[in-house]
Order: sequence, then structure tokens, then C-alpha cells
Amino acid sequence: MIKTRQDMITVQERYGQALQRAKARFVVCAGPGCVASGSLQVYEALVQELKERNLHTTVDCLLEAEGQRDGVITVNSGCQGFCQLGPLVRVEPEGILYTKVKADGDDVREIVDAMEAHTVVTHLCYHDPRTHAIMPTEQEIPFYKHQTRVALANCGIVDPEDIRSYMQRGGYQGLATALELAPEEVLGKILQANLRGRGGGGFPAGRKWAIAAAQKTDHKYMICNGDEGDPGAFMDRSIMEGDPHSVIEGMLIAGYAIGASEGYIYVRAEYPLAVQRLRQTIDDATKHGLAGKNILGSDFSFVIHVKEGAGAFVCGEESALIASIEGDRGMSRPKPPFPAVSGLWGKPTVINNVETLANVAQILVKGVDWFRSIGTEDSPGTKTFALTGEVENTGLIEVPMGKTLKDIVFTIGGGIRDGRQLKGVQIGGPSGGCLTESHLEIIVDFDSLKEVGAMMGSGGMVVMDENTCVVEVARFFMNFIQHESCGKCTFCREGTLQMLQILQRIVDGHGEVEDLDLLIEIGEAVQLGSLCGLGKSAPNPVLSTLANFRDEYLAHVVDKRCPAGVCHNLRRLVISEEKCRSCWLCVKVCPVNAISGSRKEPYKINQEKCIKCDACLTVCRFGAIEEVY
Amino acid sequence: MNTTVLGTEEAEASFDLGFLNEVLAKTGTSTAALIPILQAVQEKCRYLPEEAIIHVAAALGLSVATVYGVATFYAQFSLEPKGKYVIKICDGTACHVRGSIPVYEALRKRVNLEDGRSTTENRMYTVETVACLGACVLAPVITINDQVYGHMTADAINIIIDTLGQEGTEHD
Repeated sequence: MIKTRQDMITVQERYGQALQRAKARFVVCAGPGCVASGSLQVYEALVQELKERNLHTTVDCLLEAEGQRDGVITVNSGCQGFCQLGPLVRVEPEGILYTKVKADGDDVREIVDAMEAHTVVTHLCYHDPRTHAIMPTEQEIPFYKHQTRVALANCGIVDPEDIRSYMQRGGYQGLATALELAPEEVLGKILQANLRGRGGGGFPAGRKWAIAAAQKTDHKYMICNGDEGDPGAFMDRSIMEGDPHSVIEGMLIAGYAIGASEGYIYVRAEYPLAVQRLRQTIDDATKHGLAGKNILGSDFSFVIHVKEGAGAFVCGEESALIASIEGDRGMSRPKPPFPAVSGLWGKPTVINNVETLANVAQILVKGVDWFRSIGTEDSPGTKTFALTGEVENTGLIEVPMGKTLKDIVFTIGGGIRDGRQLKGVQIGGPSGGCLTESHLEIIVDFDSLKEVGAMMGSGGMVVMDENTCVVEVARFFMNFIQHESCGKCTFCREGTLQMLQILQRIVDGHGEVEDLDLLIEIGEAVQLGSLCGLGKSAPNPVLSTLANFRDEYLAHVVDKRCPAGVCHNLRRLVISEEKCRSCWLCVKVCPVNAISGSRKEPYKINQEKCIKCDACLTVCRFGAIEEVY
Repeated sequence: MNTTVLGTEEAEASFDLGFLNEVLAKTGTSTAALIPILQAVQEKCRYLPEEAIIHVAAALGLSVATVYGVATFYAQFSLEPKGKYVIKICDGTACHVRGSIPVYEALRKRVNLEDGRSTTENRMYTVETVACLGACVLAPVITINDQVYGHMTADAINIIIDTLGQEGTEHD
């Protein structure tokens, strides 16, 4: 039971001492990427190897006076970030990072050998692809070196299932600080820090809190939005799985500041581990007196429930999320009144995103000035991104606001895969926009992204190379949004459908030049007329690609050509004169008699007749049928 | 998450009001409990039987239309029994640009899914696309009954289906 700040410090110190008594700590990444590449098996193999050498120990064992000294602790951590090279194993205290560790073979034995001999297994270390230098520790690796971790400060380091591990990192001291202050003072700090909503819009969290705090009512709610539905984003998932206590602590502080006594965490159903972890975290915090009744012996009580979503993207929108918690169809409603005035069951409700809440405790512990010293004047702090797509180093990253796009894609991301050309960066998912090479120098913060027609979104960053067709990507996003539109307002329901049909026509090769202006006209109407953020931002990918890649659209509608070689219906099938042996097989299978020729000369495909059914392509034994884009 | 797979016949036979009453006892009968109740039924039966919808409506004092409205709004709920193996193909942005659709098409072809259907005749496989599974670095990703498979290709999916097919016959 934790009753005072001193109790926390005692846990922190004892746990820290236990860690120091250990010979080493093996932190095996159990983020989604590493698990899928087999990290749980690596963990089992490491434990097995250590046990055979009589080296395995636990924190509990080290905490006991008679416990085994000098053993090795093993931990399954949350995402360590460099998913590309998983499964990852970090050896502490040295901070040596082993990549692509395999459970079978010699890797595990070599890691334990090296730990005992105080050496490094070089072939498992990161090799710089350009200089071929071996970089054993995280601090040396460019992917990590240029990051600043605030929201992810503990992710990949703490044991997410052990509350003491979180306390060892200073956890819950932000809550203790908050409870020593008056609610208005806590609110004041968050306002001064100018912590802006990391869920996409960038609305200052403190202003939301202030509105809710000002409401005089018997009951208020604090909701954590963990409905991370953006395709291509997994930041919130990583925090909820890898450092769930930071989210709970943030909620508790927010609840205290606004005068709420009940909170909900709304999590996507697709994240079963996050749901399980959060439930356990809430239980643990409650058992330790850090949640529930009379927290830290104060008058403040706060209960937290976990609500599983049921698979609807629109529920990431505040009013739809509230409808969903109330047991209804997740449909948005007109604002005002804003949820902070009238939200869940008509009561004042603050909804903050997972990452926003993960910043809160640290602002209280380290101070407003510290927070404002990171990032830009109007967007202080950091932002996490899920860096994916055709970039060399994919993974979970966190950078100070104000880094340039170039820093992110090239310095941290290591550039485009296989030395290909950068074409665009889709930032902010289906609500965001597509940036081009000419935007590489812009700084990434809430306002400068808006200026170029993109938006921060929740932080998905998908890098596209020359082999990606932006028209097809725009169609893909529109298809997603159209499917996920709740159907309440006409502009979103009908407008997105019309836009999708036009885009489908274009990628199918039936587009016309006028379609491009029509897309802009409908897009602007949808932006203006939709009820909620989903609809208002839905046309962004189309409008931004139209602005930045008009030539590519024109190639589709005028030349009926897909320069990236993606749109299936826009290719031509031709017969290579050199390879064709005039065997007649293709002529036989062509259902529309589009192929002509005689025994002596190579065959030809009549493009006007060809329906691109690929029958000839499949049947040709000489590879003479070629696809030309 | 529970990944136990029931045989379809077993699932259909196992829907009884006793189960529903147990769920109701846990969740209560407030409107806010509707989605958790439907989730429990969906997990147990792998779909929402008509009988269950009518019963839940009565228990919560809602119209059948309201419950039906909620059941059809969310992607998680299905009004038809799902297959023994539910295969979700991630079609999030990262997976999409790295080729999820060819995998999807290869899979549909492999399990002989007719156009417009997502579950095979023999209720062995359900094939769906999902927006994002949050494992973008492994793109393209699929899950089979919540087990994750990364870096999927059309060839790989065929091998996986072969293996599942063998397991399926062993169990039956």
C-alpha cells in the first residue's frame, strides 16, 4: 500500500538497489512486431539457458535479504522501437542492443557467454549499412540517437506488468505532486505547458480541462481515447502495452484537475493485449492505493473502467466515442455543446488521447519549463510516429516537435529502401495529407503541417517510393473513409461515396480530365459541410495528392497510364518480338480474338480489343508477353 | 483474448439462454452494457444468433431494432456464423502499399470464396480485411484467430492454408 510520496521513494530505491545487485538485466522486446518475429520464444530460450547455468533470478529474489545475488533478471518489455530488426534483446546495464535474435541456434548461448565474459556478440549488433561500423549500444545507433523520448520514456525499459518497475522510474510521483497542489494549480501547469492533443487536432489539453473544471455539477468523466484507428499507426498501442501505468497516472491527474471521479479507457478491440494490460494495471494501482478510493490517503477518489471498442473507426471521434460507451451506434453529433460541457450521459467529459496523457505526469515532475524547452514555441514537447512503408528503418519513434521531415525520413529512417527515390510521405493517415520531396525541409509540428494541407493526425507516417501510385493510395483512403463513415450527415455519407466512385473510375482507366475538378469541388464541399472531424478531414488525402501530384492524375486520365506501374487496368500487354516463338498458344486462349499473326512472324496484341484478362500472360511458356505501364 | 476454436455445430448448439443470463448477471442490464453483452455472445457463438438479439433487447428494455442497429454498426459483430478459422488481412496503409491486396485475392481464391461472401460454404474459413492491426512493420500482416503472421505473400498464405487444412481434418 502506497500512502505517501515517501512510500513511493522507498519502493523506488529498493527496486533500484535490487537491479544494481543483479549481474545483468535482459530486456526482451515483446512489442507486436517482435512478438510476431518470435521474441517470446527467444525469452523462453534465454530463461532456460540462464537456469541451466544457475544464473537466473528475479527482482523478488534479489529484494529478499537471503535471495540470490548476482543473478540475471529477464523482462518482457513493451516496444523498444526498432521493430525492423526484431526480435530485440537489450542487455543492461551496458545497454547493448542485440538484433534479429533467434531462439534456435547459437544466439542465446552466445549472448549469455558474452554477458559473463563482459564482451559483445558483434554479429548480433547493429551494423551501419553505409560505414559497416558495428554499433553495440542504442546511443550510437542513428535510429535512436536522434530521438527524444518523453511519452515513450519508459516504453521498452520497464516491466509493464510490475508496478514497482514503473515506480523505480519515478512513476506516480507526478500524481503525488498533483495531489499536493490545488486542482486549479495542476490545471494551470498543463495550460502553461501548452500540451496539445496528440490525437491529431492539436487542441490544447489544458483548455479542454479548464472548460470541464469550470462546470458546476455532481459528476464529471475523464476518458482516455485509445481507439487508435488510423491505418498505419501503432503509437498508442505501444504505450498502452509497454507503459500502461503512465496512461493511468495521466488520467488520475486529469481527473483530479477537472474534478472527475470516474474514468473510461476506450480501447480498440483489435488490441487484446492492451485491454488485458490496462485491466491488470488498474487492479494493481487500486491495490496499491493509487487508484480507487482516497488515493494516497487524500480525499480524491477515482475509478477507471476499460471499454473495448467493437470495430468502428469513427469512434475515435469524441462524440461518437461517447455514443459508443453509452451503448449506442457510434455516430457523431453536432458540436457545441462540446463534451467538456455536456458529454457522457450529459455530464462534462474530457477526452484525451493516450499519448497526451502519457506526457502529463512528467510535466508535473520535471516542470513546465522543462517541457517547453523541448519542441517549438507553439508546439512544445515531442511527438511519436509510426514510421513505416518503404523506409529503411521502420519502427516506433519519438522526436521533438520541429524536426524536419528530412531528419525523420533520412536521418532516423535511414532513407528509402534499396536506394530508390522518395515519392511522398503520407502523414496523418486518412485525415492527413501527402507531402512530397519539396516538403523535406518543412518542420514537423501541428501548425506547419496544416499550412501545407497535411495534419499531424495521430502520427502515422507512411513513406512511399516511386513504385507507389498516389492516385491508388488516394482511392485506398477514400475507400476506407467511405466504409467507415457513420452515415449520419449527407456530405460525408454521399460526398465520400461520389469521390470514391470517381477515383475508382480513374484507376480503372475510365477517368476524364473534368473528373479532377469535380473531385476538388466535392472535396471542398465535404470539408465544409461534414458534421465531425472524420468527414471534415476525409478529402485531405485526395486534395493534397491532387495539389502535389497533378501530373500523375493527368497521366491516368489523359494518357491512360499509371507511371508507378500499380493500376492493373492501365497497363498494356505486348508481345516481345525476340521472345515470341509464334507457338499459337496465346491466340488459342484469347477470349476476344485480340491476338493476330502467323507462324512466320511474331504475334501482336490489338490493344483496342484486349480486355487485360491475362490469359495469354499465364499460358505463354517463353515469357514473351510483357506488361507495359 | 480467448482463441479457443469451437466446431461450428458445437457453437450453434451451445447457444443457450443460460449463457446469456450468466453474461447479464455480470454486466447488468443498463444500456451501456449492450455492447459488452453482444461482444460476449459474439465471442462464444462467433456470431449473433437472432434469438440472442431478441432476448438481449427484452432484457435491456430496448427495441429489437435498436439492438439490431448496434449489431450491424460495428465491424466486430456478425449476423452469420463465422468460420472455424477467422483470417483477417490487414489493409492498413503500410500493408496496402506493401501488397496486402494480392495476398487477400490469393487467399480468397485458395479457399474458394464466392464473390460477396466472407465465409466458406463448409464454415471452415472466414476471410476479412481490417483497417489496421497495428503491426505495420511486419507489413503485409494477417491474423488467423488472433495469431499474427507477418511479411505475408501469396505463396506463404497457400502454405499456411495447407497446414491449417491438415490440422482441421485431424481435429474433426
